Amino acid sequence: MSSALIIEQVLNGIQLGVTLFLMAAGLTLIFGVMGLINLAHGSLYMVGAFACAVVAAATGSFWLGLAASLAAAAAAGAVMEILVIRRLYARDHLDQVLATFALILIFSEATRWLFGSFPLYLNIPSALSGAVHLPGGAQYSLYRLAIIGVGIVVAAGLYLLISHTRLGMRIRAGESDREMIGALGVDIRTLYTIVFALGAALAGLAGALVGAQQSVQVGMGEPVLILAFVVIVIGGIGSIKGALIGAVLVGVVDTLGRFLLPVLLEVFLPPSQAASIGAAVASMLIYIVMALILAVRPQGLFAANA
Amino acid sequence: MKAVLGAGLVALSVAVAGSVHAEPVKIGMITTLSGGGAGLGVDVRDAFMLAIKQSGNEEIEVVIEDDGQKPELAVQIADKMIQSDKVDLMTGIIWSNLAMAVVPSVTGQDVIYLSPNAGPSALAGANCNPNYFNVAYQNDNFHEAVGAYAKAQGFKKMFIMAPNYPAGKDSLTGFKRYYDAELAGEVYTKLGQTDYAAEIAQIRSSGADGLFFFLPGGMGIAFMKQFAQSGVDLPVMGPGFSFSQDVLGAIGDAAVGAKNSSQWSKDLDNEANKKFVETFQSEYGRLPSLYAAQGYDTANLVLSAIEKASVKDKEAFRAALKEADFDSVRGKFKFNTNNHPIQDIYMREVIKEGDVLTNKIVDTAFTDHQDAYAAECKM
Amino acid sequence: MTRERTVNLVLLLLVPAAALAAQAIGETFYVTLATRIAILALAATGLNIALGLGGLVSFGHAAFFGIGGYAAGILATHAFNQEPLLFGLPGSKQMLVIWLTSLVASGLVAAVIGAISLRTSGVYFIMITLAFAQMIYYFAISWPAYGGEDGLSLYVRNSFPGLNTLDPMTFFLICYGLLVLGLLVFATLRASRFGTALQASRQNPTRVAAVGITPYRIRLVAFILSGMVTAIAGALYADLNRFVSPSMLSWHMSGELIVLIILGGTGRLFGPLAGAILYILFEFVLGGLTESWQLFLGLILLGVVLFARGGLIGLLAGKERHG
Repeated sequence: MSSALIIEQVLNGIQLGVTLFLMAAGLTLIFGVMGLINLAHGSLYMVGAFACAVVAAATGSFWLGLAASLAAAAAAGAVMEILVIRRLYARDHLDQVLATFALILIFSEATRWLFGSFPLYLNIPSALSGAVHLPGGAQYSLYRLAIIGVGIVVAAGLYLLISHTRLGMRIRAGESDREMIGALGVDIRTLYTIVFALGAALAGLAGALVGAQQSVQVGMGEPVLILAFVVIVIGGIGSIKGALIGAVLVGVVDTLGRFLLPVLLEVFLPPSQAASIGAAVASMLIYIVMALILAVRPQGLFAANA
Repeated sequence: MKAVLGAGLVALSVAVAGSVHAEPVKIGMITTLSGGGAGLGVDVRDAFMLAIKQSGNEEIEVVIEDDGQKPELAVQIADKMIQSDKVDLMTGIIWSNLAMAVVPSVTGQDVIYLSPNAGPSALAGANCNPNYFNVAYQNDNFHEAVGAYAKAQGFKKMFIMAPNYPAGKDSLTGFKRYYDAELAGEVYTKLGQTDYAAEIAQIRSSGADGLFFFLPGGMGIAFMKQFAQSGVDLPVMGPGFSFSQDVLGAIGDAAVGAKNSSQWSKDLDNEANKKFVETFQSEYGRLPSLYAAQGYDTANLVLSAIEKASVKDKEAFRAALKEADFDSVRGKFKFNTNNHPIQDIYMREVIKEGDVLTNKIVDTAFTDHQDAYAAECKM
Repeated sequence: MTRERTVNLVLLLLVPAAALAAQAIGETFYVTLATRIAILALAATGLNIALGLGGLVSFGHAAFFGIGGYAAGILATHAFNQEPLLFGLPGSKQMLVIWLTSLVASGLVAAVIGAISLRTSGVYFIMITLAFAQMIYYFAISWPAYGGEDGLSLYVRNSFPGLNTLDPMTFFLICYGLLVLGLLVFATLRASRFGTALQASRQNPTRVAAVGITPYRIRLVAFILSGMVTAIAGALYADLNRFVSPSMLSWHMSGELIVLIILGGTGRLFGPLAGAILYILFEFVLGGLTESWQLFLGLILLGVVLFARGGLIGLLAGKERHG
């Protein structure tokens, strides 16, 4: 096993982590500020991917598609917040789970009805295609490096937004005391809509970025959604920092587990069995990690409101 | 498992009807019309209905329901179609796991089932059933064909990959049945996985001279796009599912040049196929996939049997089906002793026709190929 | 309370009445449909012990449903092939043996999952139960011995001493009998000192702790009981479908069980039954009407959460009395 391969796999893990972070950041922000569990976050991811694919196909420009994905997901998020989500803040988690579960069904079928049953075409822009050489002899996809870059920019942007702007101050106030900021005269309804749309836009961005190298189809958001939940639970719900660290942890553990477990098992088992059992354990690995972390730290690594 | 299929299951009492011609026939179709896998079900349904329409037989009623790709729901619909709608025949299921849930209980209730897509090995061997006809393929066939092709082309170090579930394991087993040279790697991925960076890195460092993969649906689209971007330059091969017309558009140019196996292709030169491709395209505004071809053949097989026997006379109708006396879009088609096809399997290459990606036949992997389980079937 | 009691009585009689009527006019399919309702209601009643009484929102009860299903599938397969199972013990086609095995297996798994999960609360609890269920789901998909994703077929329905389980009506009555038993367990628990302590630890954990009861232990016992009841339903479901597969373990299944409870009315004894009747009817009627039935199902569910708090029973019987 060469060092180039290991470097490449670690980068892969980070890149997967960054995509999860884009999903998890919105999810954790919405939970932190509004106390809402949104199962339909994966649907916003799907909206972003479809918007990007449709606009890119119509205009021929991936970048316009990317802008469209942000706009469409933010708009879908805002409409969803105003029509449905707003009525759920005062409810318990049970009602939130059911309502957003219903939203998944609605979004999936509506998308299929609008865009048909076949996967859509969306490819990465030519400026970012191909592979680059890394020091140490490794070769790596330029687009994946760009995704890592986007993740870093978004993380930094969120940090600046929350700690250095007026909106961020209100968000922090909302996290610590919901009644209080209402009393201070902040228009809490608008604040909530903005936060929700922001989270939705991040999910849409993730959908477009990932859709370009995966498959744009109905139901694409569900596997990512569950992983994003694992991330925010590991990181501590409501904590952006936790989401970032949890995302990278999950990405790296998942990638390295898939790659290393079969190799390790080959020491005692025939290759075919090692591949199959290794893959079985690897698919359970992040859930095992999550259970272990929660067994030790029931509020996750960086609990926001512990 | 011993062949005690259907022992003790409630058999429906079926009245024997009179005339052979223009008698009403009710066909139940359970297929996937919602969710991510809906494209396959839609193609099967559309082609099936096209053939029924072309026949001009107005006595045929097709009851169609969506299984949402859930086995339990498919079982419930099957019960309803048999017990409440009283259908004469059933068809439509796309996925092996749904077929495994539904087919044993349908055939056990003495209803004939025709598979337009899935062909799990468990239904082809010792558990074969006279009421079960597979009009598509046995699951191993396409993978065996690629194995034989890779060997014939002189590949020495193939890297092979499939999801970690029964069809994935059957796939790699089928491939290895005909490819006996060295393997550069054998990898099982997670079912539903969409990021293949880790696997591509392994392929890159494995020193393989060729790649075989089986990743159905969205998994295959994601893999091909990422593989094309990775800078790894290897000949790519797979079963026809991964390069079928329904997914080619989504993969894009990354698919060009890939070799894949199929028992059907758009450019097969026979009258039935020309008519099928032309009418399907004008009716639905898209090119047919291999699933559509299978759905079309299934309908035409049923129509040919209706001409010969009454659907109420099970014995005679089964015999009529078994003759397979219809113009298959595959050119030739006949049933083996286990009611699975004996057919040619071709190698196709993905090409670009103008702006449209499609397949053309480049080689024949097998002539009159039969599956590996037929001998175990005592019927 | 009287009005809710009337509604309950009507619900209780409605399902067997419908099944008998269907039998009488020869529409056996509707007997099957009624059986499905009874089984899903039993599964949700199990979940209701944790969720309704203990306030423990488990998003992973599909795990227990699936364990019950696989207990039936695995035992029956071994009996069918006459292969010993473990330590030379044979498989079995007896429902009673299968139910006992389901109870033991699910009880053990629930003890492990509960012991870890109950250290957390709120959203963490929802998510960690989901994570455990996903673990078991992926295990079932990739473990080749029992069919993996293809699942396991039960070629003949398992048997019950003295009864012909192949007869749809008999099987319905077995399932319905178990549902009534499950409801009795729930009602007895709710009225017992244990139930009072459980409900109190949901409403005010600090006060419960102050009188010397550890909420953790009470919750753990409730969680285990809850999982066991759901597992029995799983075993019946396998027998109904003559089939078991990992989709019984999927997170959609967990979600559906929660949906049943809320549709019927959270915290109500008969909530799961009312919810199962509604859900299965929606699925069945809409599925026959339109290809986009899931869209309408989603809209209906959304409507119920937003505008019909308290679910079906809440609508029919008015607000729940707190006492």
